[in-house]
Amino acid sequence: MPVPLTNSKLIYETLKECDIRLVSALPETWLVHLIRMTDEDPEMTLVRLAKEEEAVGISAGAHFAGVKSAMLMQNHGFLASINGIVSFAHLYKIPLLMLISYRGTFGERDPWQTQGGNVTEPLLRALSIPYFFLDQVETVKKRIRQAQTLAESSLQPVAVLLTRDLMWEE
Amino acid sequence: MLRLDCLRSVCSELEHCLVVTIMGAVAAELHSLGHRQNYFYLQHAMGLASSTGLGLALCLPEQTVIVFDGDGSLLMNLGTLSTMARYRPRNLVHVVFDNESLLSVGGFPTATSTGTDLEGIARAAGIPRAVTVRSVEDFRTAICDAVHGSELTTIVAKVEATGPSGYITDLSLLENRFQFRRHIQSLKKA
Repeated sequence: MPVPLTNSKLIYETLKECDIRLVSALPETWLVHLIRMTDEDPEMTLVRLAKEEEAVGISAGAHFAGVKSAMLMQNHGFLASINGIVSFAHLYKIPLLMLISYRGTFGERDPWQTQGGNVTEPLLRALSIPYFFLDQVETVKKRIRQAQTLAESSLQPVAVLLTRDLMWEE
Repeated sequence: MLRLDCLRSVCSELEHCLVVTIMGAVAAELHSLGHRQNYFYLQHAMGLASSTGLGLALCLPEQTVIVFDGDGSLLMNLGTLSTMARYRPRNLVHVVFDNESLLSVGGFPTATSTGTDLEGIARAAGIPRAVTVRSVEDFRTAICDAVHGSELTTIVAKVEATGPSGYITDLSLLENRFQFRRHIQSLKKA
């Protein structure tokens, strides 16, 4: 499988170091290792979703319970979560750490992913959701830590866009 | 059967649970019976009250979590039943007030008014215990059984499509949210 294991491992280790103990996810090709690692880790709770918007409620419940959580989703899952983000996370100031696989950008071969790629960043900006890219191994740890720090201090959703450079080997 | 009477009949049971409600009449009526710090009213995000309850129940296995859902909200997020059933936390009670109506936006009939059976959907999704109740006495019994039992339960309560004249309370959304989280953290320290 051309999803590099070492990069997924690095992301996963960082989530653990950030005290993330609950991850909700919907399967996506680039996320396959991350979901498997979460599933196999007895210290972690994995919630497999039917639709990504559920993750907003689950993460809110975890936040009320004092448990740090993360959401793993494709950018189309982010699109499917927007009402929950606005009418729950923004309305009630809920911190969300969203790890979003950024499909449909330069290099995308799957035609069905391409429209989502066009609108992901404009929508993040329209929603005032702080975001940045995870595109280099060297900065993975620092940037995930920074994202979580900002989500917790600002009590709002923060997005980390997982890019092709990091998640896929041609 | 009136939703307000159902809620009133279980007020004492709710004292030691974590309670999450949907918006509209359910939130306003529970609040009118006396707000407690262990109540969180999700005043939007229709469909996500049950997901919030699931997150709470998975993270706090020692606490009992009760979600007061509605037919309109649940129909917007039927997938939540399959997610709850997948993890089936024993400490989660999922109550659906089914008035066959989107009452707070003008009373438009939902699909339960034309035969959609939420108890049947819950059971087929894999919820271990699903019941429908039509009297306050049966409602109270079902809640007590579920709270003191050890199986994830969905209780569909068929109620009349009536509610309070207004839905806004004097509790601000953020005040409620911070109070609820602080209350839970105090339980963990105790």
